[in-house]
Amino acid sequence: MDTASPSIVQPADEGAGWTQRVRQVIDKQLPMDHLLPTRQPYYVGSWVYVFGVVTIAALVWVVVSGVVLAFMGPQWWHDSAVGRFFNSLHFWSVQLFFIFMVLHLWGQYFMAGWRHGRAATWAIGVVIFGISILTAFTGYLSQQNFDSQFIAVNAKDAMNAAGIGAFFNVLNFGQMYGLHIMLLPIGVTILVVLHIVMVRARGVVKPIDPEGGARP
Amino acid sequence: MKAMGATQDEYYRGMRMVPYDLVKELVLAVAGVGILAVVVAAILSSPDVRPVTIAAWAQNDPVDFVTTASGELAGTTISAGYGNPYNTNGPGQAWGPVAPQKWFGTRIPIDSANAFVIQPLAIAAQENSQLSSGLDVWQKASSDQQGKWLDSYTKALADAKVTNGAVVVADGDYGPLTEMMSSLLVIAQSGGLDGLLQISGRFYQTDYTPALLFMGDGGYLSGQAQSWNLLGNQWGMMNETGRYPGQTWLWLYTMWYQVWPFTSDTGFLGLNASNADLGIIILMTVLTAALAAVPLIPILRDVPRWVPIHRLIWREYYEPKRKAA
Repeated sequence: MDTASPSIVQPADEGAGWTQRVRQVIDKQLPMDHLLPTRQPYYVGSWVYVFGVVTIAALVWVVVSGVVLAFMGPQWWHDSAVGRFFNSLHFWSVQLFFIFMVLHLWGQYFMAGWRHGRAATWAIGVVIFGISILTAFTGYLSQQNFDSQFIAVNAKDAMNAAGIGAFFNVLNFGQMYGLHIMLLPIGVTILVVLHIVMVRARGVVKPIDPEGGARP
Repeated sequence: MKAMGATQDEYYRGMRMVPYDLVKELVLAVAGVGILAVVVAAILSSPDVRPVTIAAWAQNDPVDFVTTASGELAGTTISAGYGNPYNTNGPGQAWGPVAPQKWFGTRIPIDSANAFVIQPLAIAAQENSQLSSGLDVWQKASSDQQGKWLDSYTKALADAKVTNGAVVVADGDYGPLTEMMSSLLVIAQSGGLDGLLQISGRFYQTDYTPALLFMGDGGYLSGQAQSWNLLGNQWGMMNETGRYPGQTWLWLYTMWYQVWPFTSDTGFLGLNASNADLGIIILMTVLTAALAAVPLIPILRDVPRWVPIHRLIWREYYEPKRKAA
């Protein structure tokens, strides 16, 4: 009896098929050397580049503390010392996230980070900023304390005047809480991943050429 | 430049490259920010002022409570005359033909008089024959008669006194209003109205629209908010109770509420204090879109080239060029 394993027979044409095509696109657009680079232009040593990565780091802590709060439920952060601590951790992570994000935004503005085909990366960054504001706003409405109570009463007029209030009822805790812990964070996270992938695919922009403009 | 794998090499051609550890940087950033957040959270905690209840409102300011409840019956409160999405009693905000408040209709119907006063009293009246007959008299009275009673009662409330938690007004022809309002006040002070306004025919409830609208109609909630600098004219939307930073990222949105034309009765191009909410939302939408489109907007996209902040950021890059020049 022949016990030798038969060798794997490869298909004649690996180039066909959707999977292969997706692999080709990823290999072309985002090779591992770009996604996880081990070398960068020397000017990336500037301190301004830190704001992007610490924004992501703060987002990690926002999500981690938020998951703990969501798991334990709304009463926990009012009634227990540990819950109060995690609520505080969530609160300050959000504050740090916005501080770093705004610094990152201003840094990228004065670096004209949209140049050389990076306008979409800039625009998605602005969308992330907008959705983050909405996410934080629903968070403030979900706190179940005096702040959330009065912010809801105060904010309803702007929402209603814009017609948004007919669908986005800031006085409805259930709706705001659901949006805050589920849809909006998913939106922020997906867009942040897309933003990072776009940055990595194109690499960091070169310094502004004194002779050139700041056009895209 | 295209996002092609090979073109990064083309893009950086001639540029000095240095070793870089992305994963290490990210791990250190997560650790550093985590330590900072934990320390700040442990030392400074976070704001958590207890919410106001209708019971607290009725106990601490019974005259305001009764005045608000009477206003609901008279249709003179904010919610009673609000317009969409709660009712059609007000025009809502508009800027010329732009009237989104009207476009989407009454999607969250609230009949303030019924929801906040009559229905809770009808439930309480099941165990109170005096209130039941008073409520019956009120509902069978003509609207003209109801208006006269309300007018007299509201005027009397201006000089009302509080005795043992009850609101006492001078003698007058108020119909059954005295009985109705006394009963509603007692229900509210006991905490019953907090629950009654949440009844929706279902066991579980997460929508606080009726209770918050009712409290928003009174002066007690906004009085508490004023003491915390939370009112709209106090930059309220970005503030928070205590000495905490709040939603500081809303500073630009909040700022418009403090300046002309949104503080003016006459305004500019039809935008004024009466439609400030709509005007500011439109303005902020335009500004946000402009921020996203900065790369396409002349002058805005050129400012970074004119302002030499980039020379500070990329000092290492420009320094040899400056020396060479």
